[in-house]
Amino acid sequence: MTAFRRPRGAVPRLPALTLLVMLGPVAAGLFGTLAPALGVMPAIGRVEPTLAPFGDLASWPGFGAAMRLSLVTGLAATAASLAVVVMVAACWQGTRAFRAMERLLSPLLSVPHAAAAFGIAFLIAPSGWIARLVSPWATGWERPPDILIVQDPNGLALIAGLVAKEVPFLMLMTIAALGQVEARRSMAVARGLGYARHTAWLKTVFPRVYAQIRLPVYVVLAYSMSVVDVAVILGPNTPPTLSVQIVRWMGDPDLAMRLRAAAGAVVQLGLVAAALAAWRGAEALVAMWGRHWIRKGGRGGGEGLLRAAALAAGGVSAAAVILGLAGLAAWSVAGFWAFPDALPDGFTLRNWMRHGPGLGAPATETAIIAAAATAIALVLTIGCLEAEHRFGLRLSSRGLWLLYLPLLIPQVAFLPGLQILMLSFGVTSGTMAVILGHVVFVLPYVFLSLGDPFRAWDTRYATVAHALGAGPDRVLWTLRLPMLLAPVLTAAAVGIAVSVGQYLPTLLIGGGRVQTLTTEAVALAAGGDRRAIGIYGLAQTAAALLPFAVALAVPRLVWRNKAALAHG
Amino acid sequence: MKNLAAAAILALLTLPVRADPDPGDWQAVLAEAEGETVYWNAWGGSTITNDFIAWVGQRVAEEHGVTLEHVKLSDTADAVSRVLAEKTAGQDSGGAIDLIWINGENFAAMKRNDLLFGPFAESLPNWTLVDVDGKTVTTDFTVPTDGYESPWSMAQVVFMHDTARLPEPLPDMAALLAWAKATPGRFTFPQPPDFLGATFLKQALYDLVDDPAPLQAPVDAADYDAVTAPLWAFMEELTPNLWRQGRAYPQSGPRQIQLMADGEIDLAISFSPGEASAAIANYELPDTVRTFVLEGGTIGNASFVAIPYNANAKAGAMVVANFLISPEAQARAQDPDYLGVGTVLAMDKLDAAARARFDEIALGIATLSPAELGPALPEPHPSWMERLEADWTARFGVAE
Repeated sequence: MTAFRRPRGAVPRLPALTLLVMLGPVAAGLFGTLAPALGVMPAIGRVEPTLAPFGDLASWPGFGAAMRLSLVTGLAATAASLAVVVMVAACWQGTRAFRAMERLLSPLLSVPHAAAAFGIAFLIAPSGWIARLVSPWATGWERPPDILIVQDPNGLALIAGLVAKEVPFLMLMTIAALGQVEARRSMAVARGLGYARHTAWLKTVFPRVYAQIRLPVYVVLAYSMSVVDVAVILGPNTPPTLSVQIVRWMGDPDLAMRLRAAAGAVVQLGLVAAALAAWRGAEALVAMWGRHWIRKGGRGGGEGLLRAAALAAGGVSAAAVILGLAGLAAWSVAGFWAFPDALPDGFTLRNWMRHGPGLGAPATETAIIAAAATAIALVLTIGCLEAEHRFGLRLSSRGLWLLYLPLLIPQVAFLPGLQILMLSFGVTSGTMAVILGHVVFVLPYVFLSLGDPFRAWDTRYATVAHALGAGPDRVLWTLRLPMLLAPVLTAAAVGIAVSVGQYLPTLLIGGGRVQTLTTEAVALAAGGDRRAIGIYGLAQTAAALLPFAVALAVPRLVWRNKAALAHG
Repeated sequence: MKNLAAAAILALLTLPVRADPDPGDWQAVLAEAEGETVYWNAWGGSTITNDFIAWVGQRVAEEHGVTLEHVKLSDTADAVSRVLAEKTAGQDSGGAIDLIWINGENFAAMKRNDLLFGPFAESLPNWTLVDVDGKTVTTDFTVPTDGYESPWSMAQVVFMHDTARLPEPLPDMAALLAWAKATPGRFTFPQPPDFLGATFLKQALYDLVDDPAPLQAPVDAADYDAVTAPLWAFMEELTPNLWRQGRAYPQSGPRQIQLMADGEIDLAISFSPGEASAAIANYELPDTVRTFVLEGGTIGNASFVAIPYNANAKAGAMVVANFLISPEAQARAQDPDYLGVGTVLAMDKLDAAARARFDEIALGIATLSPAELGPALPEPHPSWMERLEADWTARFGVAE
């Protein structure tokens, strides 16, 4: 073994390959969207570049309202989610209640967006579960009141649905960040100086935590502004959000509408970029105000009320998802169920017998795609991290941006273009193509999930192993990975959950031929058969949840004699 | 870019090119179809339709060795997009879609853009049984099919009403408006451009105009503003009395049915006379629901299947299209226990055994008999639908 070895083998090339796998499809898709937006679409005889599609877009009567909806719902959902997370963390970090909440996070996070949205829609609708529980004895409603709750023109239901799903995500990111900022010591010092708990947290911990979770917050913003499946279920339709309208135009039988859709996709991209810039500006303003607030040195009070409010906000957002799933379960076994009955006339397994056999094929397809995409993402991630460890090819903060890029660019802006390009280069749609498409979205999450535990591993083990004559590969395979079994499995579970929830990539890249539980569930949503939706929503949730259970159980079994390893 | 494009073209040129099957030589079609997999892209939002398609798959596998895969769409236009994307990319064979459930503007768009294979429909062996004279199976929304699509079911507009809350049928649109004003918030329709919502607009237009003749010609040939003025006056009065004051709409027919089951609305439009009975049997509607047609008649049309020009399994697709118009499949489709749609066959062209299959069918408690349904009004030219959809969206669909 020489002291100065030139990088050899596959490992040093993995970071570059990872970036290509992740960003190549995004870049290609954006290119494929830009051409029709500029009026170039040879299939319908348009070859002259022109700005006409943008003019056509602007003349659509709902254009202003749709853009405003995308902006307002995205910004409001992000601000509200962040506020709930910060409040809960500031008031409750380090308590038993906080740890209990932590355990709820992974399951909540893995519930696919569409399933959560269905559940919430049934909870809050005028004919929903909440109204049924209090009718007619409290409200006097024998029939559902004619009030507009779900799909309201201001997008309030959509914002609520997004908040319920984004709070767990931001909370998980915040907890990960808390581990890195030595929150406990800062808190001890600040509380020693007489600051109330939440004031201490906001003044000493939050600024450092926010620096760590800034990119995840941006992801939430970009996602909330351009989401399609949740907006179709909970969002308004007179007009819908811009991204929903783009997908509708993509599907219009008048083929010239593709040009308008592509122009809309470019506008959507610009809208997201503008919102991100505005958010960044607001950060600076808040920081300025915050420094002033910290200097004033107020100790803060009124803690009790704030703590109760924080707990309530967190609790309601978790309960919305959990009760929504319970509603799906109830519908899946319901006989006839009229308003205002709180429960169906009877329970029947007929729905399951009817739809159960049909679940097999999409469930298998879902499992194959999720397993393969996650495996590819894991190999690339571990390769990158190992390259970082061996050769010091460390991801700079700019590199971290690249990792987040596929999550910051609206799916609706690049997937349609990608579909056309794939066809042009003879990549036939099918399971393989969908797997590669999923890797784009799975990889960042796997990387983010595994990165910190991998780097936190004590390299003195490696030094000892090297001294005993083990090469770097052997250290990786027999020492580092086994010791990191728990975080590796958790990263895999995260990857599988992300893959299971993908709708647009599966639909567009698979050419409709690749049917997963998610595409089936959303297709059924068009029909609105709540029993079928209940069954597919539950199956979809199970597919995402099961891997988390495995990730928890396996390390405990494998390391049952070595307690310290069982928890990674 | 140039090199890549050249490589792509080369790759396409070197694909083995297979001649299209000849619909006239049915034995050859059968031989070629054996072992093929047919991807049928059909709207997947209705559970009973999905079950029917699964049954068709079983039967063609048994009879002809054809594997049928149902690609469930949330919107038929997705399939049109797909074929277009393939044409854009120069993929002129081996396409992803073999058969599409289609009609109306989607068919008109595909035919206009040369995206269809054919003519094949009139060469299918079972075509001889089809009621060509009595039913609108050779024109689709006034556009001649020219053998580029084969019919498989007949539909006619009916209104479903919950007799517990709206006991009597409504004779015409004026009565509907009067009832809506008296009981606001109890009626809605799927939001156009959903085909059912657009159908409501066309149905209302039919009922409100003095002379429906201009509807059979392209919209540009008529004085659009004058013809549609009564419709928009009607809609201005109706909309504030709709469910949610017309500020939100269900997004599809089945969602509308769910609203009825939840007791949110008492009247709904349907394009399938047997849908209410089937929904009652599946616990999706209360058993107090019945159906009626307007006294001036209601719109009817046919559903078709078409084959894209670049389909991979054209022979297999034709075998499926032919099976769909067999007495066996048509009788099952008419049975409300399975699907409950109208047949495209002429009873007098069937032999006694085949006719007996149809006679045995019990139509269901909420289904009108053919005599009660009355003759169907022909669909207006598709350009009317497009114009009405766009106009409705501008007037009511983007309320601010």
